[in-house]
Amino acid sequence: MHELSIVSSVVDSVTESAGAYPGARVLEVRLRVGALASVVVDSLEFCWGIATEGTSIEGAKLVVKTMPVVVWCEPCAKASELDGVQSFRCPLCGELTMDVRQGRELEIEAIEIDDAGEADQAQTIDAGKTEGTSKNKQTKES
Amino acid sequence: MTTRIVELRQGILKKNDELARTLRQKFTSAGVLVLNLVSSPGTGKTAFLERTLRELTSRGARVAALVGDLETDNDARRLAASGAPVRQINTHGICHLDAEMIDRHLTGWEIGASHQVSESASQRLVELRDLDYLFIENVGNLVCPSSYDLGEKIRVALLSVTEGEDKPLKYPTLFNSADAAVITKMDIAEPCGFDRELALRNINEIRPGIRIFETSSKTGVGMEAWLGYLAEQRGLGAL
Repeated sequence: MHELSIVSSVVDSVTESAGAYPGARVLEVRLRVGALASVVVDSLEFCWGIATEGTSIEGAKLVVKTMPVVVWCEPCAKASELDGVQSFRCPLCGELTMDVRQGRELEIEAIEIDDAGEADQAQTIDAGKTEGTSKNKQTKES
Repeated sequence: MTTRIVELRQGILKKNDELARTLRQKFTSAGVLVLNLVSSPGTGKTAFLERTLRELTSRGARVAALVGDLETDNDARRLAASGAPVRQINTHGICHLDAEMIDRHLTGWEIGASHQVSESASQRLVELRDLDYLFIENVGNLVCPSSYDLGEKIRVALLSVTEGEDKPLKYPTLFNSADAAVITKMDIAEPCGFDRELALRNINEIRPGIRIFETSSKTGVGMEAWLGYLAEQRGLGAL
């Protein structure tokens, strides 16, 4: 049961990221959680309300996308999705494989914000900045 | 109202992962092999580590251990009897160790300051670069520790013969992320009706090709192979 600490990390990161958009309200937080991430989605949702209460992102909706395990099979030279996590065999040929290509994700994919519309230009520039290789911010008008 | 999507694509445990990366670099440059031992409570991590520390120490290897528990320093006291420097990490309710706890408890070890853990190991000077092996005994839990990188080189999943052969299937994340598996309490495998073949097969379904050691901390069976593996991982050849 470490979902509360996971959710607290999400709240910290999102609060920090949303700080770049003064006056904007965070409407939605989208997570990607792999089937191998050892995280119970129901518990994340349960903790979400408690963890966001009294923060600048209180009221934001949590959307969790579960990512199935995808393995690469060398003999088939093909990536396949697994039905579960009970056996790491290629569903096509039955060969065991250690090459997990997807399913360990534990990440914040994106946030949806309600932009007050002021200083739009400044925010877009700020949002276009990249911090390192793993963190790319982009904006889209929706 | 303008709504916009801001893509973050950032690891939830980014802070932990970054610190773990820094620790890993530190361990590598110090030339110390770091192992993270994970299992359920009661598997026998401490007994296994006790035996490992004793065997390594008697062979002249320089070893130290960090041991995580919710409360008490009982395990650190037990392990310190091996003569190795040991530090207890009390998580006070947190179900796993994280990189920050490791970093904090290494303070002093890097610079060679004296540290106090237990009576027998107190006042010892330890520097990371003077160590061959550093063992981290995680909090007894098969779920949460698998999410937290501690900067270790080798993650070891332990399973005892009393736990049921299907444990790897029930807790696939840990076994799938492990680099080695250790079966403990082999001395009581028979009276427990332990189905060895089934256990090995289940581990292999979750982590194909993983090195598996069948051990008893009581009789010492399987310890030679385990110690050989440790030496091999350190790149020393046979001890």
